Amino acid sequence: MGIKEVEPVQINVKEQFEARVSESVRDVFQVEELSLWYGTNQALNSISFSVKEKQVTAIIGPSGCGKSTFLKTLNRMVELNTNVQTRGSIIYQDVDVFDPKVNLVELRSAIGMVFQKPNPFAKSIFDNVAFGPKIHGVRNKKKLKEVVELCLKRVGLWDEVKDRLNDSALSLSGGQQQRLCIARCLAVEPEVILMDEPTSALDPISSAKVENLIEELKELYSIVVVTHNMQQAARISDHTAFFLHGELVEYDRTDRIFSNPQDQRTKDYVTGRFG
Amino acid sequence: MTNAALTKKKRYTQSLWVTVCSLFTAITVGTLLFLFYWIVVGGAEVISWSFITQMPEQNMTAGGIWPALVGTVYVSLLTIAISVPLGIGAAIYLNEYAKQGRLVRLIRLSIRNLSGVPSIVYGLFGLGLFAATFGFGRSLIAAALTLAIMVLPWVITGAEEALKAVPRSFREGGLALGATRWQMIRQLVLPSAIPGMATGSILGLARAAGETAPIILTGAAYYLPIIPHDIKEQFMALPYHLYILATQHSETATVRPIAYGTALVLILLVILLNSVAIFIRNYYRRKNEWL
Ligand SMILES: Nc1ncnc2c1ncn2[C@@H]1O[C@H](COP(=O)(O)OP(=O)(O)OP(=O)(O)O)[C@@H](O)[C@H]1O
Ligand SMILES: [Mg+2]
Repeated sequence: MGIKEVEPVQINVKEQFEARVSESVRDVFQVEELSLWYGTNQALNSISFSVKEKQVTAIIGPSGCGKSTFLKTLNRMVELNTNVQTRGSIIYQDVDVFDPKVNLVELRSAIGMVFQKPNPFAKSIFDNVAFGPKIHGVRNKKKLKEVVELCLKRVGLWDEVKDRLNDSALSLSGGQQQRLCIARCLAVEPEVILMDEPTSALDPISSAKVENLIEELKELYSIVVVTHNMQQAARISDHTAFFLHGELVEYDRTDRIFSNPQDQRTKDYVTGRFG
Repeated sequence: MTNAALTKKKRYTQSLWVTVCSLFTAITVGTLLFLFYWIVVGGAEVISWSFITQMPEQNMTAGGIWPALVGTVYVSLLTIAISVPLGIGAAIYLNEYAKQGRLVRLIRLSIRNLSGVPSIVYGLFGLGLFAATFGFGRSLIAAALTLAIMVLPWVITGAEEALKAVPRSFREGGLALGATRWQMIRQLVLPSAIPGMATGSILGLARAAGETAPIILTGAAYYLPIIPHDIKEQFMALPYHLYILATQHSETATVRPIAYGTALVLILLVILLNSVAIFIRNYYRRKNEWL
């Protein structure tokens, strides 16, 4: 008889709905066919994907796969290295990042960056946070004080340091320094924050604080975070991109990357089978 | 040869070398101490407040060394005022702005080589360029310009080292916040580099203060018991004064004590400058954890 058995189709309504929502979110970065070379050494190979606005995008992958390079390309900090060549394009809010006419000062003010190793300046706590507003023209002492207080409060550091704002920032603990660096970055009022392994130099408690902070910050900022810590990526990010040898293997919603990756290499990596 | 014999031989060689090296060190330090002792003993007799603050008298056989001391201080200060801004500017350009490549390497190599050029050559150069061509004549300014050119390699190299010692993370942090290159250099790099630059500059100053050949050619006077009031005037200077007293004077035996006194003052001046440099370096090294 010719009646085929109909395969039962499972429709996960919630998942589809969420997928549609996340797809409808605006893109902050549209990365197209991005390749990058350090001299003759290719570090990125034809990366294409979009970073969503007001979400946390995690970048994972084994050491040397190009995560930091990718992150630094988004605000063109990578050009501080000599002999860097790029191909492809990154569109940030309708602006081509590689356009020679792009004003790097504006670009980097809009796209903040937090480094792996906390790098406070050899200045007071106050002056660290006030540095950004000052170089962008804020002179008013009262305004500066307000900004410093606001930013330090937002990273949860205010109560810890409010009585010692004139102490050297280098006297803070590593975790405090990292939160200070985040506050310093917020003081410039960026739209995007790039974070390169922001917790890898921190103890678990400080890490947890920074993680919570990231979750709070995504209300206001689009965040791209590089991490080696799978649990962290799973906890804090909405989307995850898995890099391998300079290529983007898979990019998807974080829950799918971790529960149902499409590529065997992603699966091996997130289950800890290599890397 | 057995293993034991081999190690024995090795140990023997080693102890031989240690002995030789200690001996050489002892000779060096010994010579230095002896020299210093000799000058202190000879100079202590004449040195006094009035020796330092009085004009030389009776054809330099009596009186003090005031104009020579002032002349040396003036010419050194002028030298620093000229060479430090130039040198630090050059270092900032080379280290922060210039595209690192063959040209910059060549420039650096030339600068290093210039520091090995004999000072008499600088003297002739200064005489030709500053005294003659620029029309400054033999004067404070011609001598200071000459000395400035001479210490420039030291100042540049010192300043470059100081800039290199500033962590990359400061620069990255600054630029990532949207600072311009100059804001970053001015507010983040220079404050951390200034101690190192100061050290290099003071060491250059110490060298300039003790130089004789270039200033003889470009402006130091044999005997001029007045304090210069203008940078186009000639001046007396400690090292030249010493040279004259020791070798050119008609009564070298009579003025020998004054020569010792002059040498002592000059050495103390140079030691003082070097100590200031070392003090600054140590002070900031303790203060800046990243150095
Ligand atoms: N300044 C540079 N000059 C030359 N090659 C570089 C430079 N920086 C990185 N690379 C190379 O580019 C590749 C990617 O490096 P990148 O630092 O982006 O890796 P990563 O994924 O961040 O690694 P990690 O997890 O260890 O931080 C590596 O092969 C590295 O050797
Ligand atoms: Mg990295």
